[in-house]
Amino acid sequence: MPEKRIVLRNCGIINPHQITTYIERDGFKAIKKAQGAMSPQQVVSEIKASGLRGRGGAGFPCGLKWELASQTESAEKYVICNADEGEIGTFKDRYILENDPFTLIEGIGIAGYAIGARKGYVYLRGEYHYLLNSLENAIRQAKESGYLPHIDIEVCEGAGAYVCGEESALMDSIEGKRGEVRYRPPFPPTRGLWGKPTVINNVETLMNVPQIILNGAQWFSQIGTERSKGTKVFSVSGDVKKPGVYELVMGTLLRELVEQLAQAQDVKMVQVGGATGKILPYEMINTPLAFETVLGAGAVIVFNTKRDIVDIVYRTMEFLAEESCGKCSPCREGTVAMAAILERFSRGQAREGDIQLLEEVSSPLALASICGLGQAAPTPILDTLQYFRGDYEKRIKKSRVDKS
Amino acid sequence: MGRVTENEVRLEERGELLAKLKEAQSKFGYVPREVMSELAEFYHLPLSDVYGVATFYSFLSIRPQGKYVIKVCKSIPCFLREYQVILEAIEREIGIKANETTVDGRFSIQLTNCIGACDKAPSIMINDDFHTDVTPEKIPQILQEYQ
Repeated sequence: MPEKRIVLRNCGIINPHQITTYIERDGFKAIKKAQGAMSPQQVVSEIKASGLRGRGGAGFPCGLKWELASQTESAEKYVICNADEGEIGTFKDRYILENDPFTLIEGIGIAGYAIGARKGYVYLRGEYHYLLNSLENAIRQAKESGYLPHIDIEVCEGAGAYVCGEESALMDSIEGKRGEVRYRPPFPPTRGLWGKPTVINNVETLMNVPQIILNGAQWFSQIGTERSKGTKVFSVSGDVKKPGVYELVMGTLLRELVEQLAQAQDVKMVQVGGATGKILPYEMINTPLAFETVLGAGAVIVFNTKRDIVDIVYRTMEFLAEESCGKCSPCREGTVAMAAILERFSRGQAREGDIQLLEEVSSPLALASICGLGQAAPTPILDTLQYFRGDYEKRIKKSRVDKS
Repeated sequence: MGRVTENEVRLEERGELLAKLKEAQSKFGYVPREVMSELAEFYHLPLSDVYGVATFYSFLSIRPQGKYVIKVCKSIPCFLREYQVILEAIEREIGIKANETTVDGRFSIQLTNCIGACDKAPSIMINDDFHTDVTPEKIPQILQEYQ
């Protein structure tokens, strides 16, 4: 049985509106242990030793982020929980926030203690406004029960912008600006929100923290693979019988998730990671799910054999062109250019040389975009050209036939 | 006792701008130019800066919208579950197309990107409410709730 509920251990069991049900399941024991028996440096070391990597897509080592922020001198520091969850096909954080906000709050509290932050923000995507009261209620209960003496946590809502899930655009959004991506360095742990040292972590990343502190880094690092410790919460959708949220040990095979658990049939390809995630043809269904292979934020979208690949890639590029923040030329111009070329393909009007054009335009985007949106935008095109080139070539030939 | 000079506006106060714009959106159904000018003055910002924020976020509109904004998700998981059929049903039911507003100002239709309800696709939002596992048959009853 590949499912293992560490992050989701309380979901469906506790009452997300009642803190006592959380306390009954070892709630806030981790933060008491951290603040009572560990120094901030020891907390940082424990997270480093666990091997916990970011769960929002980038997979950056969490402990390293916290260490950098804790070592940067400043009277003001911030912890931000990234609950923007705009990645296509991702809804795991929604599920977590619906069912167990308390573990998240405890994780934020521990992060604050570790780095010396007295203020925390949860950046909640505007679409999840229906969760605002529940989240604020949970924060208030935690504060009033005395578990967060050292930090004030506030919820800040987004307003419908995919790019605000990118950590630096997110900070600009909290600052009341357009969600534009920042040049790095400096990185947020050095200079972040309002120029102060800031740690930004995904919801799922922070959900792992209390269990790591309670059970120890060694316990966590024994789960998973060489470079992907612990579990991952996957969001499965598309051509499957059982879409939903599944938490699996890192390294579980894609087949187990897609065919056994989600019960997909006649699979043509699977996209893992989100809009710009890697695309795997069915022949690669035995790929293990981990940072070393394919993972991203864990969005798994399944496409059956009836699906039109080119049309899907066109729609994805249209989405990226819409959501690009517009700051850097490679992405702002490149996504629009690629969408225009793909539109020709989807209409059966593709010209000779259009495939080469797509490959050419991909290069500056991948190399020179400021952030992951632009850098990974070419991925669906390049992957589908690699595995399904015929689907594209068919569209060129078709238009030649139509013209004659 | 109000703020007089730009120097006295603390960085953190500008952070309120997005929330203030959303308040105006909620109150008026859009962000009027007068509101943008007032906010620009209050936070000591150029009007173009406030305009830039108001036009960046998809939840904000600088043109009047309906009392209820129906957002139909067009992203891949909802596309795989035929969002177009839902869109057509809604368009038929209230007599307008996407990006239009009904004459009585009750509804607007917008196409939106992934709203995070892919496990129950096709999904839509009407203002802050989610409606999931939508079928064309459910549309009249769903829209009836919004008078």
